[in-house]
Amino acid sequence: MTTFVHDLGWGAMRFIDELGKLAIFSARILRALITPPIRVRLFVDELFKLGVLSLVIICVCGLAVGMVLGLQGYNTLARFGATESLGAVVGLSLVRELGPVLTALLATGRAGSATTAEIGTMVATEQLDGLRMMSVDPVHLVVTPKALAMIAVMPILSALFIVFGLFGGYLVGVQLMGVDPGSYVSSLESAVEFTDDVLGSLLKALVFGVLVGLIATYRGYTSAPTSAGVSAATTSTVVVASVSVLISDYFFTALWGV
Amino acid sequence: MPSSHQHAAMNSTVAGDPHIAFSGVRMGFGDREVFRSLSCRFPREKVSVILGGSGSGKSTILRLIGGLVRPQAGSIHVAGEDITRLSERQMYRVRAKLGMMFQGGALLDSLTVFDNLAFPLREHSSLDEAAIVTEVHARLDAVGLTDVDQLLPGQLSGGMMKRVALARAIMMKPVILLCDEPFSGLDPISTKRIEALLVGINRQLGMTILLVSHDIGSTMRMADWVLLLLPDGAVEGSPAELQQSRDPRVAAFLREDVEDTDFSVEVPPLPAQVLSAAGPRGVS
Repeated sequence: MTTFVHDLGWGAMRFIDELGKLAIFSARILRALITPPIRVRLFVDELFKLGVLSLVIICVCGLAVGMVLGLQGYNTLARFGATESLGAVVGLSLVRELGPVLTALLATGRAGSATTAEIGTMVATEQLDGLRMMSVDPVHLVVTPKALAMIAVMPILSALFIVFGLFGGYLVGVQLMGVDPGSYVSSLESAVEFTDDVLGSLLKALVFGVLVGLIATYRGYTSAPTSAGVSAATTSTVVVASVSVLISDYFFTALWGV
Repeated sequence: MPSSHQHAAMNSTVAGDPHIAFSGVRMGFGDREVFRSLSCRFPREKVSVILGGSGSGKSTILRLIGGLVRPQAGSIHVAGEDITRLSERQMYRVRAKLGMMFQGGALLDSLTVFDNLAFPLREHSSLDEAAIVTEVHARLDAVGLTDVDQLLPGQLSGGMMKRVALARAIMMKPVILLCDEPFSGLDPISTKRIEALLVGINRQLGMTILLVSHDIGSTMRMADWVLLLLPDGAVEGSPAELQQSRDPRVAAFLREDVEDTDFSVEVPPLPAQVLSAAGPRGVS
């Protein structure tokens, strides 16, 4: 019993300690944002690596999720004779929940883990220490462009996921199951509010981008300088970022109804 | 093993004007104590070599000088400034006087050799691109490399990597050059080449050079000053003084590495359990 309490206390202290370090790390990123030089070129490179290279997986998954939603939604709505509401079901599911959440999970797996592995490898090969010895802040040069790019691409990827999802739902509902195309689009239009749903969805994606960007860069920056350390940091990024996204999604929905 | 590192300096005049000085430095990682109270000095415009066994803290001394790790106690003076309590941002001013050649090169692997060398100039100078090209090629010539501009670090051999790292370390004309194991993993010809480069840099540019090495032979050829880290202390002096030292610890260390010309290998008997396993696994 004593050991259990000891372990619990130790775990809680480590958690609080990590939160504090993450807060300091975030402050360093914020300071780097307003410290010249502004590294536009590096930011654009990261947009390409994190955003453009994730396009295929986001579009394919969006399409697949939309098609599944179309099929499941149609079968359920058919029981109540309400198949004309398929557009609203697919649209609201995607815009309010599945779009931002699944995009964040996919981005964590693809771009977040890659970010951690890249920074972690730089730690293990002393590249970040090399930068410090050249009086260059690694947070300014390496971390900030990556974190910022992750924040910037997340709403865009989420929007793309939703668009492809809506198209997938349309393909299955209209082309395969025979729902009237006008009904699909008009129910979608009437159900999805721009301010509450679309902007809320983009805001949610933005917050997920902050979470994934911070966790991925922090884990890489603090990884042990060994191959095992980089591997552990990468795994940790996927687990911690995914759990954080899902938990924060609950609070987002519960508190603000988005 | 914890060590007291009692300071034992020879009566040399070489280190009369220390460029770097440690005073009562304590350092450890987790439960492992590296130094308990290390005091030593490295003379200005000379080549100093840090010798010692694996895990004795040789590289840690370079990292302490660069402010990459901070001591738990004691003070470190670099070029007349106490760096012990400087913030990371204040350390940038000190690091402007330092160049560091890391053991693995620490080149940015996403940049070409040219961009790696141009990087510090682009960050800290207002030179135009033409002047940067001239500066980079001058450094590459100095380390005996040509036609490697567009190669990535991953495409370089070990010796080339070391030379590019050295070229980058001297790019901003530092007053102190720190080299972590510059000869490790190199063949004898490459070792001699790097050795000549470092001595040339020291003699011609008047740079204080501090290097970590396992290679006693090159140490005795190059060094003006040697710090020998032993399990129970540290000894410093000129190479000649160390070779003439009557300290049995010093004599034992140098004899092991320099005077051991007996190349025969004494084979210890293998345990009976090993001998009883007949033949390689899978062979009956």
